[in-house]
Amino acid sequence: MKRTYLGEFEEIVLLAVAVLNGQAYGVLLMHEIIEQTDRSVRLNQVHSALQRLEEKGMVRSEMGEPTNERGGRRKRLFSVTAFGQRTLHEIQEVRASFWQRLTPTLKFSV
Amino acid sequence: MQHQPPRLADRFLQFFCAPHLLEEVQGDLHEEFEYQVERVGARRARWRYWRDVLGFLQPRYIKRKPSQYPQTYLFSLNMLRNYFKIAVRNLLKNKGYSFINIGGLAVGMAVAILSGLWVWDELSFNQYHQNYARIAQVMIKETDEGKVGYSTSVQYPLATELKTNYQNKFKHIVTSSNAGDYILTAGENKFIRKGQFMEAKAPEMLSLKMIYGNWSGLNDPHSILISASTAQALFGNTDPLNQVMKINNKLDVTVTGVYEDLPLNSVFNDINFLAPFDLWVSDNEWVRESANNWHNHFLKVYVEIQPTTDFERISKTIKDAELKNIGDLKDKVAENPQVFLHPMRNWHLYPFKNGAVNPEPTQMVWLIGIIGAFVLLLACINFVNLSTARSEKRAKEVGIRKAIGSVQGQLISQFFSESFLVVLLSFFLAFFLLLFTLNWFNDLSAKAIIIPWTNTYFWLFCLLFIFVTGLLAGSYPSFYLSSFQPIKVLKGINVVNRFAFAPRKVLVVFQFTISVTLIISTIVVYRQVQFAKNRPVGYTREGLLMLAMKSDAFSGKHEILRTELKNTGVVSEISASMGRMTQVSSNNDGLEWKGKKPEQDKSFSTLTVTHEHGKTVGWQFVKGRDFSRNYATDSSGIVINEAAMKYMGLQNPLGETISWKFRENTAYFQVIGVIRDMVMESPYEPVKPAVFYIKSVNGKPNWLNIKINPSVSFRQALPKIEAVFKKIVPTVPFDYQFVDEEYNAKFKAEERIGKLATFFAVLAIFISCLGLFGLASFVAEQRTKEIGIRKVLGASVAGIWQLLSKDFVVLVIISCLISVPISYYFMDGWLQKYNYRTEVSWWIFGVTSIGALGITLLTVSFQAIKAALVNPVKSLKSE
Repeated sequence: MKRTYLGEFEEIVLLAVAVLNGQAYGVLLMHEIIEQTDRSVRLNQVHSALQRLEEKGMVRSEMGEPTNERGGRRKRLFSVTAFGQRTLHEIQEVRASFWQRLTPTLKFSV
Repeated sequence: MQHQPPRLADRFLQFFCAPHLLEEVQGDLHEEFEYQVERVGARRARWRYWRDVLGFLQPRYIKRKPSQYPQTYLFSLNMLRNYFKIAVRNLLKNKGYSFINIGGLAVGMAVAILSGLWVWDELSFNQYHQNYARIAQVMIKETDEGKVGYSTSVQYPLATELKTNYQNKFKHIVTSSNAGDYILTAGENKFIRKGQFMEAKAPEMLSLKMIYGNWSGLNDPHSILISASTAQALFGNTDPLNQVMKINNKLDVTVTGVYEDLPLNSVFNDINFLAPFDLWVSDNEWVRESANNWHNHFLKVYVEIQPTTDFERISKTIKDAELKNIGDLKDKVAENPQVFLHPMRNWHLYPFKNGAVNPEPTQMVWLIGIIGAFVLLLACINFVNLSTARSEKRAKEVGIRKAIGSVQGQLISQFFSESFLVVLLSFFLAFFLLLFTLNWFNDLSAKAIIIPWTNTYFWLFCLLFIFVTGLLAGSYPSFYLSSFQPIKVLKGINVVNRFAFAPRKVLVVFQFTISVTLIISTIVVYRQVQFAKNRPVGYTREGLLMLAMKSDAFSGKHEILRTELKNTGVVSEISASMGRMTQVSSNNDGLEWKGKKPEQDKSFSTLTVTHEHGKTVGWQFVKGRDFSRNYATDSSGIVINEAAMKYMGLQNPLGETISWKFRENTAYFQVIGVIRDMVMESPYEPVKPAVFYIKSVNGKPNWLNIKINPSVSFRQALPKIEAVFKKIVPTVPFDYQFVDEEYNAKFKAEERIGKLATFFAVLAIFISCLGLFGLASFVAEQRTKEIGIRKVLGASVAGIWQLLSKDFVVLVIISCLISVPISYYFMDGWLQKYNYRTEVSWWIFGVTSIGALGITLLTVSFQAIKAALVNPVKSLKSE
């Protein structure tokens, strides 16, 4: 099976974008990831992951409306593309199939 | 109160972050900052902000988004070719302008190169000698009654002292006689040449380029080294080595070497032979007698120092070389003689004069350098003026180029390439001008400058020069022309605003100020020379020959020479005198007269003459009479000049007794006559008190003066005189000088300054007029429509001419007003140098200003009348 390679961090960012459902942007994503994974993430990492994902065609972005909170600067809002969704599903399927073949002692619910 | 993220970090982010990413990145960063302020406090949030910003310092965020349009290349070959094509077309289209532009710039560049070569020649003086950096002359500084004096002549014992006690500091110490004229005889050929007797190491120290023989040539005490030109003159094309010849008809020497003639920019340039110092010593008893005499300064000592040391250190060491040896000579100790080294590199540009370093040579270098730069600047100003004046014509081109996609950078490079093309053409033209004028300039400046074809630095300098001139001339037009807005110029709106005209006016005023100042200076210099030339000299120079009696062959021959010469009928009188007519060779004090005051210690010119001297040179008597052979008492008679009479304060000096203590003896004289002052030395200085006498107190006459019969032409007279000389003194070459020519030579320096000033003034006014011409045509073009309408409404040609000329006349008047005080200040300062001087009269300023106005009107009128004569129908129709 051939698909575009997705790094571990990219995968997490992509998942986070999917979770946030159209409202995802840099800082929010960073906070979300920090909260969920409890690891230190820096803003530039998030931004570059988003750029790579966009180049790979897994997310698309558009500029949001200007708001007061950041000095009138607009946010770039990301949402997952169909290709991104399919990739996420594929990853999950691959992992699930591995989990199913794992010895029952180690088996717990996914 | 809201906290702000660190501003510097924000600026930095704005600087490096790609514009299309900046908004989101900065927004996120700010949002995060606010969040962190809540969480960890402002201070730490600011640190974090910095850290986050630096995190974005990655190629990913720095790289700019590629434009959707193709990029324009600043230097594409096709475009460059196009620029040059357009440039050449433009040059060919406006031949008149191109001529003014290229010609003016070429003249400016030629002058700049010439003055550059001149300055280079001055700075490289004496560098022909390889050991240039380590050669020096031993000098003595003495203080006599508060007056400091520097002497290049040193005493014999000092030379000995240096050799015995300080030899280890020096590589060579070369003692030498003064340079002097000597008769060189080889077979039938005899010539008078300047030479010096030097010690054997001299050729090595001066690194003479030997054609025959080698540097050890002076080791044999009866040897001589001669210059190539002297060898050619004496021996023709035969091998000069080991040829036997004579110096002054008595010293037998053998040629042991021939050296290449020294260049004009070496101080030893006129030394045509070198003979051993010992030969000179053995020939002159008085030199041997002076071996321990600390009073007699008559030697030159040249040294080459060891490479490990420097002049200052050695000067310090040898400072007291004289003082510690003259313990018992009180008068010398009182003068506190300090021995020091005067390095060769300073000989030419920093010579000593009247107890101080003479600033004139360095001033001259600065002056010529600055004038050269100014003339070039004037030419560049013209280029700028003419290019911007033609901007109207190029405006549409700029508009179209911009409309089809040129960016300003391209247009700038276009106009730069255009100006570089012009500068390059001008440079070639300047080089041609240089080739043609170099000889003439060498005559003018008494130099032997050649173009250093093989010198890499010269060519590098030329390249740099082209580059700088191109920048200077091209930068303003290129930035100005390329800044036009395409919409305006294509619509035909006048792009040249009022203010574009102001700098040009300033430039014209600047140019004319320089020109007028130079013209005034030239007039003043010429008037000063003329003033000094018209000064009554007190004797008759015309038809007067003089001739040095350098050989013993003359002794006892005076009477027979006189009779024989007078018998030829072409000579009216001859006399002998001490020194030449154009020089006072002897000055002495020790004269006493009735009523002399103790403070009168001025020295007198003291000259021995023969009886007929007055008749020969044409003394003009104020009182008394000339020497006469009829009075036996005249052998102790004395003739004084008016200056002496005035200085002595004698109302009726005739018959007064003057006593003169010379060395151990005292001589007594009776005044028999007073003559008008004779200008024998500088024509700018007052004549010193002088006395003339027959008794040879301080030496015998050594020059012969011959007055040619005024009714005979020189061409007839000279062969007859020469025949007499051949008969009576056959061993001496008939080498004569004309007194009037020698006298005129005294004005050479000033005449040279005058000629140089004329040269620069003419160029400056020429270049300024070119500029004015360009500017006038620009104005006329600008106002074509206005003139048309005025004519339709009834203006006359004269009225329009007046309208167009008025502005320029005002500018030139301003220039004149500025240059009058400037030139007055400088020329008055220059004249102060001369005791006998003219004044800076006011009419000079008037005449110059009127002249400048006249030239301006001529230049401007051509364009003004041309514009005024245009048929208004045509000028109003033009669109």
